[in-house]
Order: sequence, then structure tokens, then C-alpha cells
Amino acid sequence: MSAGEALLTIAGLVLITIATRGFFILPERELPMPEWLREGLRYAPIGALVAVIAPELVMSQGRLIGTWMDARLFGAAAATAWFVWRRDMLGTIVVGTGTMLIFRLGLGW
Amino acid sequence: MPPSQQRLRTLVRHPEFARGAREMVGVALGIGAWGLVTGMAMVKSGLEPWIAVLMSLTVFAGTAQLAVAPLMASGAPIWVVWATALCLNLRFVIFSSQWRPYFAQMPLKRRALMSYFTADLNYVLFMRRFPERRPAPEQLPYFWGGVLVNAGSWHVLSLVGITLGHHIPPEWGLGFAGTVALLAMTYSMLADRATWLPALLAGAAAVAAYALPLKLNMLVAIAAAVAVGTIIDHAKPRRKQAA
Repeated sequence: MSAGEALLTIAGLVLITIATRGFFILPERELPMPEWLREGLRYAPIGALVAVIAPELVMSQGRLIGTWMDARLFGAAAATAWFVWRRDMLGTIVVGTGTMLIFRLGLGW
Repeated sequence: MPPSQQRLRTLVRHPEFARGAREMVGVALGIGAWGLVTGMAMVKSGLEPWIAVLMSLTVFAGTAQLAVAPLMASGAPIWVVWATALCLNLRFVIFSSQWRPYFAQMPLKRRALMSYFTADLNYVLFMRRFPERRPAPEQLPYFWGGVLVNAGSWHVLSLVGITLGHHIPPEWGLGFAGTVALLAMTYSMLADRATWLPALLAGAAAVAAYALPLKLNMLVAIAAAVAVGTIIDHAKPRRKQAA
């Protein structure tokens, strides 16, 4: 990819970021949308979050993992336990990642 | 002092600015880890460092950057790169419909600037802080406080990732910190029991539809969550009448 092509590609990507994030924010007049959909979209963020997390935890190379000996599962379990106990995000991240690293680097899982 | 500087000073000193920043600090470690991994992945996929730096600083959409970097490095047609990024960013279209009631009264320039910074975690934290869909004066400082920490940790760590590139062993799986950050975020949203079933089904849908191209499994999962949530909401009043 030449420098010019790269710049054009990146310019387009920036426009895509702006257009998608501002889709309903930028127009002066409200875009029509049925009320039930507007209400239902409250569930979109939780859906998006879980959609990113679930495959990261239980899949590898596009397949469901077939073993419980996976460092990620223990990391997630430790993170869950910490969150239930302390309700603090920073601790959850540290404990979850730390546990995963112990199992991965220590046991090779 | 010019009026614009005055306004900036008032904004930064507002207690909600500190609150927005503080609440984002809780997950900044995860955002940073993800930025680091994205930066590393971009140069490892063969992208020239200056392209990676420019992309990181301007595109500001991690999942899209991760996905298009190998495409760009392998010389895929530009429209394929754009189509991929567009699909990955479709969730922001949905988010923007929820942002609108808070931003609608502002002038276009400010709306444009703010919408550029409405990343995933800004959305999640803001909606948790202001569940009522109407504008309020403390929203602006809260928003910018969160943006400062979110965009700041993202940019700094993705630049570090681009610089270190090949020096951090991938088997450490540091991106896991980002996943755990999202997990913590999800748990804090599950306080409302109505979201449990939609969340569970979204997870199952995301895994089941994983084989779809362009990460469209994410849209399937969002659709599943919205559909189930809507059904539950509409079933509730009827149940009450029956009782």
C-alpha cells in the first residue's frame, strides 16, 4: 500500500468513526424510530459487552474450547469472585489478569 | 483570560469532571492493556509504524483498527477495509440513538466533537450515571472527565504498543486485561435483574454466530439482547394485571 493509499484509507476510517458515532446525534431533526425500539435499545450496550467477552473467554481459534484447563476460565472466575466480594473494578482487573497469568505461565494452561 | 479558556477552566473544576475521570480510572487499566495490544498487533501485522501511529491517533476505534490492520498490510482493496470497519462500528450507530436525548440541544459543532469521543466505555459509564434520558448541566463535565482518562490511556498505551511492537511475548495474553475490564463493567450493569437473561442470550448468540464474517456475530448478539429485553418489558405489565 503506497503512502497516498494509506492516507486515503485512514481518512475514510476516520469518517466512518465520525459517521457511526454521530449517526443519530448529528442530524438537526430527530430521525423517526418506533418507541418500542427506542426502549428496547437500552439492552444494546449489555449485549455488545457480552458479545465481545463471551468468545474471548470460551473460544480459541474460532472453536468452543473443549477443556476446563484453560487459564482464561480461572482468570474470569477469580475476577468474578473478586467483583462479587469487593465491587471494585480495578481490583477485578488486577486479580483476573494476575490469576490468568499464574495459570498460563505457571502451569502452561 | 479569553472566554474559551474561562469556560474550559470552569468545566475542568466542576466536581462532576473529577467524578467522570475517577469512574473511568477504574477501568483505565483494561483500556490501556487493550491499547497496548492493539498497538502491538498493528505493527506485528506488518503495518508501517507511521501508518500505525497515524491510525491510532485519528481513527480512535480499537476493534476496527485491530481488524483492518492485517487487511491493510496485505494490500486488500480499500473498500474491503472500509466495509470491515463499518461493520465493526455499527454498534456505535445504536449507541448514538441513546446519546441523542442528552446532546440534542447542543450546537452542531459541539455535538460533532462529543460524538467522536463516544467510545464503548464512555457510553456504558455515562448511561449508568445518568439513566434518565434528559439533558442536565452536570453531564458535560462528567462526559469530558471520562473522555480525558479513556482517550488518554488509550492513546498513550497504544503508542507504547507500537513502539515495543515485537518485544512483548504474545503468549502473556495481556489483552485479557481488557476482557476482564469489560467483564467487570458487565457485572456492574447486571445489578438490574431485567438484564440477566438478555445478557446470557447475547453471550450464547455471540459464540453461536462466531463464524459470521466481519464480526457480525456482535450485531446478532445485540439484536438478541434487544429482542429478549423488549419481550420481557412487554410481558411485565400483563403479568401484573393478572395478579
